[in-house]
Amino acid sequence: MSRLNSTREMEHLRERLREQRQSITTTVMVCGGTGCQASESQAVIDAVRDELSKQGLDASVRLCVTGCHGFCEQGPVIIIEPGNTFYCHVSPEDAFEIVYQTVMRGEVIERLLYTDLVSGERFQTESEIPFYQAQDRQILSQNRLVDPCSIEDYIVSGGYTALAKVLSAMTPEEIVEEIKASGLRGRGGGGFPTGRKWNECQEAPGDEKYVICNADEGDPGAYMDRCVLEGNPHLVLEGMMIGAWAIGARKGYIYVRNEYPLAVKNSRIAVEQARELGLLGDNILGSSFSFDVDVARGGGAFVCGESTALMTSIEGKVGEPRPKDVHTVVDGLYHKPTTLNNVETWANVPAIILNGSSWFASKGTQGSKGTKILALTGRIKNTGLVEVAMGTPIHDVVFEIGGGAVNGKPVKAVQTGGPSGGCLPVDKFDLAIDFDVLSEAGSMVGSGGMVVMDEETCMVDVAKYFLAFLQDESCGKCLPCRLGIDRMLEIINDITEGRGRPEQLDLLEELADTVAQTALCGLGKTAPNPVLSTLRYFRQEYEAHIKEKKCPAGVCKALITYWIDPDRCTGCRVCLQGCAHKAITGKKKQVHVIDTQLCQKCGICRSECKFDAIRVV
Amino acid sequence: MPSQKLDQILERRRSQPNQLIEVLQDIQQNYGYISEKSIQSVSQALGVPLIEVYRVASFYKAFRLNPSGKNLLTMCTGTACHVRGSRLLIDQATSQLGVKPGEVTPDGLFSVEHVNCLGACALGPIVSENGSYHHHMTPGKLRKLIQTLSRQKPKDTQDVQVK
Repeated sequence: MSRLNSTREMEHLRERLREQRQSITTTVMVCGGTGCQASESQAVIDAVRDELSKQGLDASVRLCVTGCHGFCEQGPVIIIEPGNTFYCHVSPEDAFEIVYQTVMRGEVIERLLYTDLVSGERFQTESEIPFYQAQDRQILSQNRLVDPCSIEDYIVSGGYTALAKVLSAMTPEEIVEEIKASGLRGRGGGGFPTGRKWNECQEAPGDEKYVICNADEGDPGAYMDRCVLEGNPHLVLEGMMIGAWAIGARKGYIYVRNEYPLAVKNSRIAVEQARELGLLGDNILGSSFSFDVDVARGGGAFVCGESTALMTSIEGKVGEPRPKDVHTVVDGLYHKPTTLNNVETWANVPAIILNGSSWFASKGTQGSKGTKILALTGRIKNTGLVEVAMGTPIHDVVFEIGGGAVNGKPVKAVQTGGPSGGCLPVDKFDLAIDFDVLSEAGSMVGSGGMVVMDEETCMVDVAKYFLAFLQDESCGKCLPCRLGIDRMLEIINDITEGRGRPEQLDLLEELADTVAQTALCGLGKTAPNPVLSTLRYFRQEYEAHIKEKKCPAGVCKALITYWIDPDRCTGCRVCLQGCAHKAITGKKKQVHVIDTQLCQKCGICRSECKFDAIRVV
Repeated sequence: MPSQKLDQILERRRSQPNQLIEVLQDIQQNYGYISEKSIQSVSQALGVPLIEVYRVASFYKAFRLNPSGKNLLTMCTGTACHVRGSRLLIDQATSQLGVKPGEVTPDGLFSVEHVNCLGACALGPIVSENGSYHHHMTPGKLRKLIQTLSRQKPKDTQDVQVK
């Protein structure tokens, strides 16, 4: 394709592509996101492609390998349009039937349909499935329309229209006003008003300015940015272009985690394609706007999610934060004014420009507008990516969309906001997903991680987990974070290993307060949140560990014993044969016994037993 | 180590200190680790002091300063995998192989590592074996996987010789 020199040329290209595609009668969309790839969707894609060409359908059926659809638990997932037929857990062997029956004859294959885990009901179309129905998928729904490696797909679906609009009809000031009026706040964790950030950067002195897309999603248990960037990279690029035009930047960076190889690959392809069409480069669409983007790979340091650390990392240095007495919008990358936004924030921009700020602001609450993508994971039936309007109660997300706990064990808590967030108990589930509401409750929306926990999750262990994570990831620059987290972890280790003393809880709280008040960067300041929130809502679990030397959830190894429930054991010998420590004895068809002296609590017997006979006390 | 490859990586990046992390990423990807010799070459090519190259290479988790074992087992320890029992998987791998995370077994067959999140949380706990993902792992399945990989030793050595 040749360079586009005006918005009119882009419209012509769009029309031409749409005409070319009029011969396509059916589209088969196969998810090629990381989650489905882990479920071997590549083999399914190859098999469907082979089958389509065998049947001579190459010209009339479009096979679209898309980014993540969000329902990763059900992967590999296929949607067939027209008809919106939704197939899940598809294997390569199903390819023939899918092509022969559904694509060619419009017949539905019952056994590939989704069965709802809660009601047991079967659903034929994607839109009927309760997991999707309760959502408001403004950004995620676009993933299934485009092949992330095809700029043509993006253009056909209306992409780069917002860019054309700002270049032909809006001044940078009008763009900033529009973003301000929309009430869009940063989706990466801080929740800072995006329009204000852009405004400050626009007004900052200097000709050389930068925009950065933060795709260093370091929060464990969160993957919405991965999904958006790898599934729809042009959407993110378009957002960045609009932002760059608004603040006056000529250069941008996508800083992406190297642990997301697909996101790195797809964003690089997108940049190349945009350059080819002249959507990146000099005089974009014939305007005075010149802008280019580079993809920088992160080195796997959590602290680089912090804006100043991320910028020093792009400069090729060790990612350490610096005090923000002068904000990065004035003194950022290479000491130039820099606007840094998260993937999801950038992805929201084109729709705000096209539909107007009032459209965006019509969703959400007083202080938090629009929708938010959440990574709903943990001990829950329907795991995956969920997009809901801000203000949706946690309850609706966990139970209506998530379908409640697995194995019928009651849900105990939800952890939101990653290592900077906190754990909220069930009785707080009526709280709305809203930046201000959740931080008042001691947690935060953060980047949108939502890990559901049930009775088999030990809250002290969760606090220990986050402290160990943060200790490992602390860059070590400031003392409160470097040593404070270390000391807190020592105390928690004492508690989980049976050496805890009651007075240590007060010390833990005092340390947590000190770190929160004195650490250098945002990550250090919020590091004590997992400890503080579990102490606030689950103090009784800490006390059980200290006073009774018991772990009520049966997780902390030093405080638990494995035993075999005689009423359930069938004497099948599976656990006995699986035990690496020869700790289980018993004859066939007789109740087995665990020797607690030999047992290493490795969990193999528990994972192998089909009768749920291995218990932990 | 073929120095040609390293030269290719350094080409067009000479005297550009801001390319340090990108260069190290490429070396890591091509060679599997950052050797002492390559640290020296990078320092000279980019004009960055040796100690700064070492500082960066040792700061970021993406870089290894020693080669990994033949089979690299990476345990995802993201929050979602953690609440589904990834701790037991690390214990299993380390006790079965007798190494700590980050170490290589004496026979060079295995390395055990953990990663903060692979972003496939819905399918956790995840164990990546040389880059391919095993989802919904249990300690029992992992034990068998390690046993299977250990047995592949003679065959794979042959493969290496053929190459």
